[in-house]
Amino acid sequence: MTWTREQMAARAAQDIPDGSYVNLGIGMPELVAQFVPEGREFIYHTENGLLGMGPPPAPGEEDPELINAGKKSVTAVPGAAYFDHTDSFTMIRGGHIDVCVLGAMQVSASGDLANWSTGAPDAIPAVGGAMDLVAGVKTIFVVTRHVTKTGEPKLLEACTYPLTGLKVVSRIFTDLAVIDVGPGGFVLKELAPGVTLEEVIEKTGAPLRTS
Amino acid sequence: MVDKRVVSAAEAVSVIHDGAVVLIGGFGSAGSPVDLVHALIDQGTKDLVVVNNNTGNGQVGLAALIANGQVRKMICSYPRSTFSKVFPEMYRAGKIELELVPQGTLAERMRAGAAGIPAFYTPTGAGTPLAEGKEVRDFDGREYVMERALKGDFALVKCDTADPMGNLTFNKTARNFGPVMCRAAETTIVQARTVVGIGEIHPEHVVTPGIFVDRIVAIDNPLQESALIAEGSCYP
Repeated sequence: MTWTREQMAARAAQDIPDGSYVNLGIGMPELVAQFVPEGREFIYHTENGLLGMGPPPAPGEEDPELINAGKKSVTAVPGAAYFDHTDSFTMIRGGHIDVCVLGAMQVSASGDLANWSTGAPDAIPAVGGAMDLVAGVKTIFVVTRHVTKTGEPKLLEACTYPLTGLKVVSRIFTDLAVIDVGPGGFVLKELAPGVTLEEVIEKTGAPLRTS
Repeated sequence: MVDKRVVSAAEAVSVIHDGAVVLIGGFGSAGSPVDLVHALIDQGTKDLVVVNNNTGNGQVGLAALIANGQVRKMICSYPRSTFSKVFPEMYRAGKIELELVPQGTLAERMRAGAAGIPAFYTPTGAGTPLAEGKEVRDFDGREYVMERALKGDFALVKCDTADPMGNLTFNKTARNFGPVMCRAAETTIVQARTVVGIGEIHPEHVVTPGIFVDRIVAIDNPLQESALIAEGSCYP
C-alpha cells in the first residue's frame, strides 16, 4: 500500500506544530488544511495578502476580491488580517512564517528544490512566490510523488531542472515514505504501510540512509 | 481644498505617454483596474513597459492591452494562468519581452524605488537562473543577490474608497500590489468604487496616504475581470 494524496497531506500535517503560521503551496499542499490534527490550530498565510485564511466559501458566497494565491475563492477566519504585498512578503522573506509546504519536480540530497520550470525552450517561465518562500520561511516541507509519471526518481543526487533554491528542503513526504534531508543526504524516517525499504531505495536517485 | 478627482477614466489616463513604464495593480482578477486599462486601450498609447504580477486573463483588461500590441515588455512573476492565452502566444512568437521576477522581489524592488533606495540584497533567487548576471555578495556566510529598485512613470490602481485628497482604503485581497505601486510611481492614477468627502476616512484607517496619489476617478460599478471572462467578453 502506498499513501494517497490525502494521506501524504495528512502525514505532513502531523509534523506541523500547534500554533504555526503556515503557507501552503498550490495543488497537493493545499490538502494539508483538511487534516489538521485534533487539538492543533494552524494560521494560514496566503501571499496575496491574508493571514487567517479559511476554507472555500459555500457555493454562491464567493467574493472575487477574496482569493488565495492559487486565485481560488477563500474565506477569512475571525481574527484574520488583510495587508499589501510588501507586508506579505516581509512575513515570508523576513522569517516570520514557520512552515511552508510545497510541491516539487525534483529535490536533491542536499535539499535543493526545483519546482518552477522544466527549462524546456518553449516553456513560459513562471516563478510566482516560490523562490521567496524557500529563501525566507523557517521550515520547508515538500509533498510529492516519489517518482514521476514515467517512473523517474524525483529525489536525486542533484537536480537537473532549474533550481528554486539551494539547501532549503528539510523533510519530504512522498507516497512511499517520509524522508529527511540531513547533512549527509537523504535519511529514511518512516515507510508507508506495506512499502519495503528495498522499494524506496530502488526508486530514490541518491543514497538513502536509515539512521 | 485639494481635489485630485477627474471626471472620467479617459481623462485620468490621458497623461500616459508612449514608452512609459506603467505599474498596474491586481493579483489575477482581484484589484485589477480594468476600467483604467480599457481607457488606456481606447487611447492607443504604445511601447509600454508594464509591471503586474501576471499578464492578464481572457481578452479583457491587461490581456487585451497586450493583445492590442501596446505593450513592449512585461515585468512580472507569473506570466501564465488558467485563462491566460494572449501573453504566452505573443511571447512564443517573439512579439513581447519578459523580465521574470520573484513575486517578493517584485514588491521589494518597488518598495525600494518608492523609498529612494537604489538597490538591495536578498537571498531570494540566489543560486538560481534568476540570479544570472546579477551581483552576488556573501553576508555572514549566506549568499545574497543584488536587485535594483523599480519605479514607474505611472501607476494604475483600483481601490475601494478614496477621498479627494487621495487617501485610500482597499477591499480584502484586492489590496495586494496597490499600495506599493501608488508609492513607486511618478504619477499615480486610481479608480475608486466610492469617493467620500474629506475627513470621512478616519486618519487611523487610511491605508495609502494621499501624498502617493495624483488622479482619482470614481467608478462606482467597476468591471471585474473574472466576471467578464465568465461571460466570454472581449475588449474592445
